[in-house]
Amino acid sequence: MRVRRTFVKWLVALGILHGIVLCAGFFAPYDPVEQDRKSPYLSPMRVHLMDVHGHFHVRPFVYSLRLREGSFDQYEEDPTEPHPVKFFLSGARYQLLGFLPCRMHFFGAGNTRIYLLGTDAYGRDQFSRLLFGGQVSLFAGLLGTGITLLMGLSIGAVAGYYGGWSDNLLMRVAELFLALPWLYLLFALRAFLPLAVSPLEAFFLIVAVIGAVGWARPARLVRGVVLSAKERDFVRAARGFGASNGYLLRRHILPETSSVLLTQAAILIPQYVLAEMTLSFLGLGVPEPVPSWGNLLSSLQQYSVLVSYWWMYLPALIMVPFFLGYLGLASSLQEREEAYKIPRSSLGSLT
Amino acid sequence: MRYLLGRLSHALFLLAGVSILAFLFTALAPGNYFDEMRISPQIGAETIAARRAQYGFDKPLPVRYVSWLSSVIHGEMGFSFAYNVPVAPLLLVRARNTLLLTITATLLAWAIALLLGVWSAERVGRMPDRLLSWGTAALLVIPDLALALGLLVFAVRSGWFPTGGMASVDFETLSPLNKLRDLALHMILPVTALVLSSLPLLVRHVRAAVADVLNAPFLLAALGHGIPRRTLLYRYALPAAANPLISLFGFSIGVLLSGSLLIEVVMSWPGLGPLLLEAILARDLYVVVGEVLFSTLFLVGGNLLADFLLYWADPRIRTESSAR
Repeated sequence: MRVRRTFVKWLVALGILHGIVLCAGFFAPYDPVEQDRKSPYLSPMRVHLMDVHGHFHVRPFVYSLRLREGSFDQYEEDPTEPHPVKFFLSGARYQLLGFLPCRMHFFGAGNTRIYLLGTDAYGRDQFSRLLFGGQVSLFAGLLGTGITLLMGLSIGAVAGYYGGWSDNLLMRVAELFLALPWLYLLFALRAFLPLAVSPLEAFFLIVAVIGAVGWARPARLVRGVVLSAKERDFVRAARGFGASNGYLLRRHILPETSSVLLTQAAILIPQYVLAEMTLSFLGLGVPEPVPSWGNLLSSLQQYSVLVSYWWMYLPALIMVPFFLGYLGLASSLQEREEAYKIPRSSLGSLT
Repeated sequence: MRYLLGRLSHALFLLAGVSILAFLFTALAPGNYFDEMRISPQIGAETIAARRAQYGFDKPLPVRYVSWLSSVIHGEMGFSFAYNVPVAPLLLVRARNTLLLTITATLLAWAIALLLGVWSAERVGRMPDRLLSWGTAALLVIPDLALALGLLVFAVRSGWFPTGGMASVDFETLSPLNKLRDLALHMILPVTALVLSSLPLLVRHVRAAVADVLNAPFLLAALGHGIPRRTLLYRYALPAAANPLISLFGFSIGVLLSGSLLIEVVMSWPGLGPLLLEAILARDLYVVVGEVLFSTLFLVGGNLLADFLLYWADPRIRTESSAR
């Protein structure tokens, strides 16, 4: 019972995190590609409750930033006029959940602009880009995991159920895929696909590549489950009653693999999100101006950015709560399985 | 002996299979190095056709594979279009640098993991153990990329470490001792990143394996005989727990190789990683194939090493294979 509760707890936490990213348009104050050329590399604004005169304000406020005297990229707060943070105000147009036209934003600063995580070289709001980038990266991870599990399920089922030469062949190929360090494999696959493509094409391209690379491990695990499931008494009984192969697989055998698939999903999703980040970070994934968690970081490859604008690093930390959620989910799933006396090894290790 | 031969032939089979797989991928690739040449108006169609023929690109895939195999035997592994040299010497230098990084990181990570894992297995459920498991969980949820970039930001802001590359500008003029010092200084950041990223997994496995063994009756008996704690842990418990750990050793090399690919690029370490990225962007096909093969070689080599270690450490495997 306790195990079940932790599982639900992690699921809810992940649901909230994903919900925020899904409604990025609402939580982000600005459009992710909107440029503010007058303020490149603005440092993150501090949200104050106490003004320079020592007065306490109930409503949080920010000071707008101005160039420090004699500098060209150092900003300081302009304490003459506080700009209160406003909530539920109308701003840039966006489409909620991808289809509902909407203008309401969770927060903003009315007539001035608020940059919680600073701006990039073109004066684009990093906070908005981070939220919208999450849509790309997380969706890539989820979709890629779906592809991998689908491939793993079908290949593992065929290998385990039919056995014989097909089992031999498929498992040998799986060994080949496992013999490569997976990031090398990912890069090699990416190497042989077109480089200069539109953001949408690039997205589906890397989702396909990421998804196709990892099928071997889930396929092996599924095969193991199928091998033991097909010798179970109720399956033999059903076969004795004349059930066809397709029916047996669909009705009796594949449902047995659900716990393996769930655990694998919880392990694979963060790994795949990270894969997308890595590819986009190196310029092999989703290209600008579309934000993704990977290409938000790619400016850090320039030494000057690394030296002068440390806040460009902040997007790198966004994965931490998501990783934590998926890790918690995976381990609670494993605990749940242990409660049902299924050996941990059959679900695949945590990495 | 038969066991070892079996593992060795299996490793060779894997290498051959991966090379065929890599070649099949190249056949799928839309466009190649010569297509990029075609864009340039200065290069005529005949020149390109001649170059294509020179590198054998007008021949079908199996023929290309066979000629590539023969060039592997000659120690060339095909030809890099971008660098205009055979691939093997190019890769060997880079592979050496990558190995320097990964081997150091592997040894260091395992040394730390064994110490920490045994230490915490002895205290399962107590405060230090819980603190450590929180620590490893924290490391586990920080992605490699964030870790590497964070270290880089730290290095830049503190100014304590060089922020990239493998050697200082004046490396050639240094005395041998200072050369070593310079190299070590450059290695600190990438090795730290690699160790930190692989440590949580290793510590957790060592802890689980040793904690499992610690409950065994033979250890209680040994304890009852008054064998000192340290001997007990490292001479009795650790060898008994070694089997899953040795298998993990092979696996950890794969993880470290993948990790080092990214970290090398981020920290501009002149290893296989940055070269692979360059080769992908330039469509330098044989370099990509060579890289894939080298990485497989390392991983398979690591697994083979683990198999040897297992053979050496576990008498059951030795007797089983000789009985067969």
